[in-house]
Amino acid sequence: MKRSLIEVIFILFILSCLAVMALIPFFWMLSTSFKESGKVFTYPPQILPDPFVTEGYHKIFTLIPFAKQFLNSVIVTSLVLIGQLICCSLAGYSFARLDFPGRETLFMIYLGTLMIPGYVTLIPTYIMMRFFGWINTLYAIFVPGLFGGAFGTFLLRQFFMTIPKELEDAAKIDGCGYFRIYSTIMLPQVTPALATLGVFTFMGTWNDFFWPLIVINSEEKKTITVAIATLSRSYYSTDWPTLMAGATLSLIPVLAVFFSAQKYFTEGIVLTGLKG
Amino acid sequence: MTTQSTLKRQEHIAGYLFILPNLIGVLVFVVLPVIAGLVLSFTRWDLLTPPVWINIDNYKQLLHDPLFWVGLKNSAYYSLLTVPAGIVVSLLLALLVNIPLKGINIFRTIYFIPVVTSITAISLVWKWLYNPEFGILNFILEKFGLPPQQWLNDVHLAMPCIALMSIWRSMGYNMVIFLAGIKAIPTQLYEASRIDGANRFQMLWHITLPLLKPTLFFVLVMSIIGSLQVFGEIYVMTNGGPGNATLTYNYFLYQNAFLWFKMGYAASLGYVLFLIIFVLTIIQFKFLGARISYEVF
Repeated sequence: MKRSLIEVIFILFILSCLAVMALIPFFWMLSTSFKESGKVFTYPPQILPDPFVTEGYHKIFTLIPFAKQFLNSVIVTSLVLIGQLICCSLAGYSFARLDFPGRETLFMIYLGTLMIPGYVTLIPTYIMMRFFGWINTLYAIFVPGLFGGAFGTFLLRQFFMTIPKELEDAAKIDGCGYFRIYSTIMLPQVTPALATLGVFTFMGTWNDFFWPLIVINSEEKKTITVAIATLSRSYYSTDWPTLMAGATLSLIPVLAVFFSAQKYFTEGIVLTGLKG
Repeated sequence: MTTQSTLKRQEHIAGYLFILPNLIGVLVFVVLPVIAGLVLSFTRWDLLTPPVWINIDNYKQLLHDPLFWVGLKNSAYYSLLTVPAGIVVSLLLALLVNIPLKGINIFRTIYFIPVVTSITAISLVWKWLYNPEFGILNFILEKFGLPPQQWLNDVHLAMPCIALMSIWRSMGYNMVIFLAGIKAIPTQLYEASRIDGANRFQMLWHITLPLLKPTLFFVLVMSIIGSLQVFGEIYVMTNGGPGNATLTYNYFLYQNAFLWFKMGYAASLGYVLFLIIFVLTIIQFKFLGARISYEVF
C-alpha cells in the first residue's frame, strides 16, 4: 500500500511537532544558560539570549567546586563501569559454561534478587557505609557498585550461552586454562553485550542521584547530579542562567556517549525489555 | 579416572573463583541488606542510641500515620497519571516511527534523547519552564489567550506537572520496546490480510495490537514499578509540597530515614513498598498475563 503525498506530508508534520516538543526543554535550557542573570526576569521572555554571555558558566565554577564535582562523577562512574564489566563477565561466563556444585541454586538466588526494589536495601546499606566510616567519601558511592550486580551477570550469561562450544573445546585441547579461554576467546565474542552493559552502567551511575545524595554531605565530595540539585535548593535557587549552565554541562557526557553508542542503548533496552 | 576427576575439580574451583567477586557484591549489598532491613524494621533506631527491639510496632504505627496514607495515595495518583498516558503516548510514537519513511531514524533518535538525561538536571529545566512569573509555559499560554497558571505552586496542578515531565522523559524508552515488539510480528500476517482486503486501521486493530499484548503487559508492569520509585523529580521540583500534594511514598520514606533518622520506621516503610510491588506484580501476572495468552493464540 503506497501512501499518498498528502499522507506523507501529514505524517512528517506530526513527527516534526513531536520532535519540537521533545527538544524544547533542551533549547530553553541552552538559551537560558547564555543569558545575563538579570535578563531572565523580563516579560515577555527572551527567546534567544541578548546579550549572549557566558556568565552562567563562569559562575557555576566559582559558586561551587564544579570542576571537582565533575571529576568526582567521572571517577565514580569509571570505577563502577570497570568493576561491573569485569565482575559480571567473569560470573556470567562461569554461570554459562563452567560446571560446579550449587550453580543452579546460586543462579536462582541471583534471579530472586532482581525483584528486590532498591528501597528495601537502602537503609541497611547506608548503615553499613557508616560502619565502615565511608560516609562523605567517594568510597560510599562507588564500592556498592564495584562488584557488579545480578542483572549484569544475568545479561552476559545469556550472551555467553549463545557462543558455540567448539570454540572453547579447541582451546582446551591446546591446553588453555579457564582464564585464558575467558579472556582471549570468550570475551571478544561478547563485545556487543559488554558495550550494552557498559552504556547502561555509565548512564545509571552518572545520573544516579538518590544514593550519592544520602551518603555525601560536603560540597567537595558531591557528584554533579547532587551538586546541581542542592544548588537549586540553596540561596542561588533563582540564578537560572547558572543553574541551566550546570544542567547543560552535566548532560554533555551522557549525550556524547548516547550519540556515539546509540545502537547499544536501543539494543540493550530491547534485550532487557523482552528477555528480562 | 584420576585425571578425569582432577579436571572436574579444577573446573569447580575455576567456577567458584570466577563468580566470587560478583557473588561478594550480591551477598554483601543485596542479600545481607534485605535480611538486615527486615530485622531493622522491628526496631526503633535513631543511629545515636542503640537500637531497641519493638516487635511489629513500626507496622502498627504506620497504619495510623496519616502521612503514610497521604504518601500511598499520592504515589497511586502519580502512577495513575503517568502509566496509562505514558503507554498510549509511547505506543503511538512507536507506530509513527515504524512507518518506513526516509530519515525516520532521525525522529527515533530525537524522541529517545530525553531518556538519557539525568533526572536532576532535567527536573531543574522543567521547573524553570513551569516558573509562574517568567516561565515559557505561561508565556505560550498567554499567546493562545489562556490564563497563566501557578503550575508547581498549585496544589491541584503540581502532581500532573511532574507526571507530564515523566511522560516526556520516558516516552522514548517504551517506544523502543514497542517498536521491537512491532518488528517481531511476522510480515506474512500483514500480507495475508492485505490479500483479504484489510485496510491499515483493520491491520492495526486485528494484527498489531493483539500481538503486542505481551509487550504491553511487560511495559505495564515495569512502568508501575518504576512510577512507585519517583524521587529526584520531587526533590528538585517541589520537595513534597505544596501542602503535601506531591509527598510520594518514597519521599516520605526518605524524610523518615535521612531527615528525622527514624531508621527502623523507614525500613518498615521499605518492606511495605516491597510487599505492595510484589502483590501488584502477582495480580498482573494472574489476571492480565493469563488473558493475554488466551487472546493471542
